[in-house]
Order: sequence, then structure tokens, then C-alpha cells
Amino acid sequence: MYALIISLQSEFYKSRKTLAFWAAILLPFLICAMVAFGFYTKSENILKLHYPPEVLWITYSGAALGVMGMLILPFYVIFMAFSVNNIEHKNDTWKTLFAQPLGKLSIYTAKYLYAVLLIFICLFLFAAFTFASGHLLQVLVPEYKFSDYSPINLLSKFYAKLFLSSLGILSVQFIISLIWSDFLKPMGIGFIGIIFGSIVASKHWEYAYMVPYSQPSLALTMKKTAGGSDFFTQDIYASLATALVLFIVGYFIVAKKSIK
Amino acid sequence: MSGLAIETCGLTYHFGNQKVVDNLSLKVEKGSIYGFLGPNGAGKTTTIKILLNLLKSPADSVFIFGKDISTNRIASLKRMGALVEQPAIYAHLSGKENLYNRCILLGTPRSRAAEMLALVGLTEAADKKAGKYSLGMKQRLGIALALLGDPELLLLDEPTNGLDPNGIIEIRNLMIELTSKHNKTILVSSHLLAEIERIATHVGIINKGQLLFQGTINELQTLNKPVVEIETDAIEATLGILAAEGYTPEQIKTGTIQIPYTSKAETGRINTVLVQGGNTISSIHLVRKDLEHLFLDITKPN
Repeated sequence: MYALIISLQSEFYKSRKTLAFWAAILLPFLICAMVAFGFYTKSENILKLHYPPEVLWITYSGAALGVMGMLILPFYVIFMAFSVNNIEHKNDTWKTLFAQPLGKLSIYTAKYLYAVLLIFICLFLFAAFTFASGHLLQVLVPEYKFSDYSPINLLSKFYAKLFLSSLGILSVQFIISLIWSDFLKPMGIGFIGIIFGSIVASKHWEYAYMVPYSQPSLALTMKKTAGGSDFFTQDIYASLATALVLFIVGYFIVAKKSIK
Repeated sequence: MSGLAIETCGLTYHFGNQKVVDNLSLKVEKGSIYGFLGPNGAGKTTTIKILLNLLKSPADSVFIFGKDISTNRIASLKRMGALVEQPAIYAHLSGKENLYNRCILLGTPRSRAAEMLALVGLTEAADKKAGKYSLGMKQRLGIALALLGDPELLLLDEPTNGLDPNGIIEIRNLMIELTSKHNKTILVSSHLLAEIERIATHVGIINKGQLLFQGTINELQTLNKPVVEIETDAIEATLGILAAEGYTPEQIKTGTIQIPYTSKAETGRINTVLVQGGNTISSIHLVRKDLEHLFLDITKPN
């Protein structure tokens, strides 16, 4: 456990000056700022629609969530899985990392958890910035009715689903980025995956929920499962199962990895 | 076994079909500076990677301080520090940050990083990005990283690569100091014999994965049989006389002949015979082959 904690600490220390780390903060900030700017400058048009507070929040958060689920989140996850591994490929540091007196499981788990953590931070900040900017808009444009409804449940549910549904893609891309050191393979495979994922999701293919790349956009459609839960939908289960299986597979790859 | 820092028993390693390490049995005594010599591609780096468990070795073939590395990986690595090939450093971090990162992984206090920077002469460049370091500075940082955890056993793969003459002398003195004053054991690989000759107490010579020689530096020099070199203008006559005396003379260049050295008296007698035979001998003297030639001799038949 101690080895895992210090490995995580080291992952943070190594990457804190890289784009991969700052993207987790800048991406939600920029997108939320753009959406807020749009709602501020076009406030007259939006106010004409007379949305009730809940619908106003759904429309407002949906602007960021829509692009996130379909496009930005999968790309962000692919980039994150790549960056966490590429820092070692690029500097040829796998050999020193694995020559430290630390268990291979700790080193590998720390890397994986760090990528998960960055995605969590990114999505948490999306929810937080959406919440904060909505209330800021209320102050700037008093006619809005943002303050008449608490969006915390709504935001936490959507972003939690998005987070869980991204773990499948993360695990696939993590293994690809772990094995190959170049940029093109993970990005190329990821890009094809996203296109395939969005096609099967939009065509409502019955097994689309099994495709990691379509899980984030499916997670946001909120289709209820037979059991009735609108949180743990099929795509969330599929994403978690993919993550679990591939995490274990990844460990065996690392354990057998020879550093040539 | 307790006196050995490293022991490999019949270690063999393949990259695909190619045998890179062939039945290698290293014995590195505690407190020694073991010069691991061989031409490029001889299997030195592969061996060092096996010693660090970066490349998998079969059970009971690699022992670090008497313990099998395949079953005691973490405990063994705790006692080792290494510099493998070109130093592996994070280019976007400064020299100091590279050391701080390693401090986190080793649980070493950060104050040790400053000591190491001073030791390798990088204090002034501590805050510069390591990616902007020269090759020599990267090498120094690599050595500082290897020494950071104060390991008992250091594996240094061509540590003086890219260093200027001053840097080479500093690293050489550092290695001698570490073993003599701090009781460390060092395995240092090189393809330069002169370099190893200056610091090593023990030598292992490897070529094409096979260990050709292993022993103390004195044993290596004993192998180095001296010869008598005779310079004369009358080559044919001299060769004839020496052959008649029962020698197998060898002409190594125009006007120079070599015969094996036996004793001082015998050299004097040969001189007398040659002069009495009417030959002008401009020089007759004892020659020890330098280690470079010896190295070539040992590796050539392989």
C-alpha cells in the first residue's frame, strides 16, 4: 500500500508541469466559460423561451455535456491514457522505474489510478464550473431563474455516469499506450474507435453498450434498464466490466514485460 | 557465497533466436570494483539488465548478496543503484526535480538530493531543465540518481560516456572513494581497457555473451606474457641465429623481431650470441603487451 501511495505521489510530481495534468483543469474551465459566455451574450433569446428553472439547468449543463459525451471525453481519455505512459516511453525511463525497489503491481496500479484520477478531476471540475458559472450568470443577468432550482443532483448524476462510462475506453487505451511507445497507434485506434462508437450508438445497435467508445454517449441518454435504475444502466456495467478485465490483463502484461 | 555481492550461475539469455548471454558465471566480491569489459554488443548491458531483473532470468541463476533475484526482487533492488545505458531522466523536469522524484520513490529525505548534486558537480545547473543538459551533465545526473539511495552495490553501465577528461577523472576518483571509504561494491562496464585498468580491482572480459576471463587485475597482467624485442638491420641473419638457438622468432615490423622472454640472463646471452655473429643490434629490451593488445588477443580467437 505504501509503495502504491508513493508511486501515485511520484506520478503527480512528474506530470504536474505537463499539459496532461493542466488539461484536466483547463478543459472544463474553457468549455464552461464558453458556454457561460454564450448564455450571457444571448440571454435575451434564451429568456424569451421562458424555461422553468429545472429545464434551464438541463439546457445549460447539456451544452457542455453533449459535446463531452460524444467527442471531447473520449478524446480526452485517449490523450490521458497516452500521456501517463508516454512520459516513460519518451524519456526511456521504464528501465529506471522498474529498477526501483517497488512492486510492479504498485507501479502499474499507480499509473492507472492516476489516469482515473485525472479524469475524475476533469469531470468534477466540469460539474463544479457549471454550477458556479450558472450562479454567476444569475448575478449578471438577474432575469434568469438559475437560483430557483438546485442542480446538484442533476449534475452529479450526469457527470458520475460519464465518469464511470469512460473507464472502459481508458482501459483499452491504457493497454495500447502501455505496449506501444508511438503516438500514432493509440491515437489512430482511438480515433477509429470513436467513429465506430458514435455510429453504433446513433444507429441504436442493440449491442452498442458493449463498445467502450460508445458508452459515454449512451450513458447520457438515460435509458432505463429492466430493473428500473437510471444510473446503473447496461453501458455502465459494461464499462466497469471492461475496465476490470483489462486492468487485470494489463497487470500481466507489465509483470511479463522485459525492458529491452 | 556470503562474500559475493553478485553471483550468476551458468546464466544464458536469448533475444529471440539469438543467444546474447551464454553460460555466464560472474563472481563479484563485496568491496571490489569489478571492471566488466567487452566490445560493443558483447552482452554487457543485457547482463546488467538481468542483474536488475529488468530482463527475466531463470530461477537460481542470479544471486544478489546471496539471494536469488527472481524471488527477492524488491529486497535486492533496495541494495542496488544503477545507471543503465544512456541515463534515463525526465527531460521536462530540472536536475533537482529528477532527484526529488526519486527521493519520493525511495523514501529518501530531499536534503540528500542537494548532496548528490554537489557530489557530481551539478549544483549550479540544479534548476535547469534536464532536457537541456549536455550528454556529460546527463551522465552526472544519472550517476547522482544511482547514488541517491546510498546503495551497497552500484551497477554503472559505461558511466564515463560523454564526459570530458576532467569529468572522467572525477568519476574515477568517486568510484575509488566509494569502495575504499564507504565500502561499496561497484560493477562498472566499459569497452575501454585503459579506463578499467586504472580503477578496477577485478576484471571480467565478455565477448559474444561468453565470459573469456575473470580474475583480479594482477591475474590479468600475469596472463600478459612479456617478450624481448630486438631491433636490427640484419633481419635474415638474426632470424637464422635465433632459430638455431631454438627460438621461434616473430618479425613484427621492419627491423624488429620478438621472442618470448624467459630470464634476464637468457636475454644477455642472446645479445652476446647475436653480436658475436656479426650483427648490429640497435636495441634489445623487455616489452609487456599493453592491455589493449592483450584484450584483442583474448577476444580474437572467439
